[in-house]
Amino acid sequence: MSAADMIDTPHDDHVHGHPAGETHGSFKGYMTGFLLSVVLTAIPFWLVMGDVLGSKPMTGFVVMGFAVVQIVVHMIYFLHMNTSAEGGWNMLALIFTLVLVVIALAGSLWVMHHMNGNMMPMSAHEMRNLP
Amino acid sequence: MQERSDLMQALFGRLTLDAIPYHEPILVWTFVAAAALGMALLAYIQKKRAWGTLWNDWFCSIDHKKIGVMYMVLGIVMLLRGFADAMMMRAQQAIAFGDATGYLPPHHYDQIFTAHGVIMIFFVAMPFVTGLMNYVVPLQIGARDVAFPFLNNFSFWMTTAGAVLVMLSLFVGEFATTGWLAYPPLSSIAYSPGVGVDYYIWALQIAGVGTLLSGVNLIVTIVKMRAPGMTLMKMPVFTWTALCTNVLIVAAFPVLTAVLALLSLDRYLGTAFFTNDFGGNAMMYVNLIWIWGHPEVYILILPIFGVFSEVVSTFCGKRLFGYASMVYATVVITILSYLVWLHHFFTMGSGASVNSFFGITTMIISIPTGAKMFNWLFTMYRGRIRFELPMLWTLGFMLTFVVGGMTGVLLAVPPADFVLHNSLFLIAHFHNVIIGGVVFGVFAGINYWFPKVAGFKLDEFWGKVSFWCWLVGFWVAFMPLYVLGLMGVTRRVSHFEDASLQIWFQIAAVCAVLIGLGILAFLVQIFVSIRRRERLRDATGDPWNGRTLEWSTASPPPAYNFAFTPRVHEQDAWFDMKQRGYRRPVAGFVPIHMPKNTAAGIVLAGISLVCGFALIWHIGWLAAASFVGLVAGAIAHTFNYDRDCHIPAEVVTRSEDRRTRQLAATGA
Amino acid sequence: MTQLRTSLALDADSPFHVAEHHPENGTMLGFWLYLMSDCLIFAVLFAMYSVLGGNYAAGPAPKDLFDLPLVALNTGFLLLSSITYGFAMLEMARNRKQATLAWLAVTGLFGAAFIFVELYEFAHLIHEGAGPQRSAFLSSFFTLVGTHGLHVSFGIVWLTTLMVQVAQRGLTVENRRRLSCLSLFWHFLDVIWIGVFTYVYLMGVLR
Repeated sequence: MSAADMIDTPHDDHVHGHPAGETHGSFKGYMTGFLLSVVLTAIPFWLVMGDVLGSKPMTGFVVMGFAVVQIVVHMIYFLHMNTSAEGGWNMLALIFTLVLVVIALAGSLWVMHHMNGNMMPMSAHEMRNLP
Repeated sequence: MQERSDLMQALFGRLTLDAIPYHEPILVWTFVAAAALGMALLAYIQKKRAWGTLWNDWFCSIDHKKIGVMYMVLGIVMLLRGFADAMMMRAQQAIAFGDATGYLPPHHYDQIFTAHGVIMIFFVAMPFVTGLMNYVVPLQIGARDVAFPFLNNFSFWMTTAGAVLVMLSLFVGEFATTGWLAYPPLSSIAYSPGVGVDYYIWALQIAGVGTLLSGVNLIVTIVKMRAPGMTLMKMPVFTWTALCTNVLIVAAFPVLTAVLALLSLDRYLGTAFFTNDFGGNAMMYVNLIWIWGHPEVYILILPIFGVFSEVVSTFCGKRLFGYASMVYATVVITILSYLVWLHHFFTMGSGASVNSFFGITTMIISIPTGAKMFNWLFTMYRGRIRFELPMLWTLGFMLTFVVGGMTGVLLAVPPADFVLHNSLFLIAHFHNVIIGGVVFGVFAGINYWFPKVAGFKLDEFWGKVSFWCWLVGFWVAFMPLYVLGLMGVTRRVSHFEDASLQIWFQIAAVCAVLIGLGILAFLVQIFVSIRRRERLRDATGDPWNGRTLEWSTASPPPAYNFAFTPRVHEQDAWFDMKQRGYRRPVAGFVPIHMPKNTAAGIVLAGISLVCGFALIWHIGWLAAASFVGLVAGAIAHTFNYDRDCHIPAEVVTRSEDRRTRQLAATGA
Repeated sequence: MTQLRTSLALDADSPFHVAEHHPENGTMLGFWLYLMSDCLIFAVLFAMYSVLGGNYAAGPAPKDLFDLPLVALNTGFLLLSSITYGFAMLEMARNRKQATLAWLAVTGLFGAAFIFVELYEFAHLIHEGAGPQRSAFLSSFFTLVGTHGLHVSFGIVWLTTLMVQVAQRGLTVENRRRLSCLSLFWHFLDVIWIGVFTYVYLMGVLR
């Protein structure tokens, strides 16, 4: 090994030419993601604005489903998530975060719902119109 | 207050001369003392002509070791302030019975207990654990620095800026009177119209940025920069606990940031999140802040568990018992710590089903902690125990922490909690785990790693004095609070009617003085050790016959930590190297690439401090200007591409040769 | 070992040392961790909106306020900015500086259009007396949507800075890494927006 090599920086970028862990998508990948997103955005708007399904809970459920699918699409095609990037640490961090998001959201709703239930009895309508 | 002209209002916001508490003798004398001490310090620096060294080699340093030391200094300084608050409370409660109202008016007393809690958690415990992790983790994993050295410096200064804001509230304006978590509606603008809560909010927000960034930094360091061969299950336990702690930091502090931001929106813009009217819900604040708050207590204690693991295995001369179970217990605690937050407010009224769920999860989380305790005991079993100072602190911890944990399990039972909630029993419980756990652990860590930092051991006699004062002081100062709590005395009260309680408070006050002597003895210990450093000198770099990589370098370690990156084969890497006849390389050194020092961190944190101050006092122009300055400064910093330098091979050779001679002189 | 891609010259004599050790750069992982923490900030704001979103305090409800075609337009802007940022990254991979800069500029313009429409919406609501002080519902609505908007605005400032840096220094290793970080940031905001338009706007109108 020559002295010049040894003086090189600890960042291996200079050796390998592009930053470690950087994943480029392909044109096809981006376009797939984009088209899927357009469809997955358009349908929920259509469902709600046109009141297509006729049932509010049903529409809500479907719309949320579309959102989840679209989030996954974005994760794969735009954020290039996969299990091997950064030795899997990115994925691990994402899963851990999602678990915490679910705990925080569901937990807060559950806790506050029960608390509201134990407060003075009040209808949803009254609640809404509290001063 | 007289009418102020519009110009004055625009220039100074809410800041007036009345904000300076010159009419309060206690504060005036505090200021005089602080100013005198400050002047003495400045004069000393001037006399030593140390300004250049201080600025270039410390303040602008991005060496993780120096930043770690600065965190510890910050922690010690703030410990003195936090403890002064504690003494004032103990003194007030010992005398304020019946007709005697004590020397502190309620408004002042409320600020003191708030400041005590905030300072001890955010500006004592956090800097201590962050400092230990900063110093030790890169050395333990065989790295030369952290992953983002500049951010490390910036994080430290942001934490310091938060501490400065809290200290500033002592002499300019007031601090919050709300208790350390500032529950609304008390902390809302309607009930706390002063600047106290704003000081609280901005101090924590600024320090929070630092904490979060240092969390990201250390995770990446541990994930990416371990020495070759150090797989996850060969990492030292302290590094493992540091990893889990920083995961908790990154996953918990954003919640605090968001909640405090919502509170400040309520206070500054008149939104209706935590208000009593317009559909707000103050309990949502309590709910959210404890989603941060419970992980926070594990952020404090997990790295300390790591310290004890290192200390126990080193001073018993054995590999840690149950390494794998220790790691799994740590990971389980990391996850479970997000499932217990409601036990802090069982009395909120969520009902039986919610309370029992959180009661049970709380009891479950004590299991992995118990597993750790047994691991330490089994490590000691048939070990060759050396009762050096770090080991003493560890034994004190094991005794104290178990009792604290037990009272915690008592509080985890919702019906019991309804009786004990917000009582002095709770206060005794969490001091029992925080002092018995975090503080004892920090002292164990300081005594353990000090020789690495300074090149000489700490004085044993004064260390023992400090230990016994703390241990006895803690036990006798806080047991009365358990008693009082069971009798129904609530926390945060500055005056009592029932004279029969007074004796307990007097005992607590006397023994708080004993704890004070413990702190004093600790300071004396450091001072004496510096005076006698030649006698306490350790030239080997391995004074305790250590087991992990930090003991393989010189004490103090050179800027580059390791001339050559070590190769790891076993769990206790350094012990393994010694077993296998390790010979230190003495030639063939190469230049080492290191990051450059920079003043950007301290400058940006300084601007943040100004911005925070301006927001607290509603000085619009200054807030806007400093915010723009902050963004512009951060952008300007990104235009600096020249951030690296090399330590030439000759310099490395020179410092390694010095070590070779040192080692030869000791006959090692 | 997979985590440590090490380029080292093995010193055959020593089982204890490596001659040179180059840890992998951690910026991308670090930035991802930052995004995860940001995600939790949004989680808190979503939780706030979930709990308080129904407390209208006798004020207007989502049905009275939300203009779905406008939201659809804005969603379109953001989605377009996402794909144009993708194109910028593809040009970067092909090492074409001018094309990268051009697509970055287009991305910035779409982002600015998004912010413009959002500000228009906010101004309209406030003008109608439905400002953030009106009810807990509106407080949490403005905060959640506004925080996303602030992130986008910050993204635009960052994007402009990076354009200057790329123009000055070209597609250097550092600049590529920075562009990759901003890419994560930009697409991450898109993901958050999916949550916002679905949960706040669409579900709000359904309520």
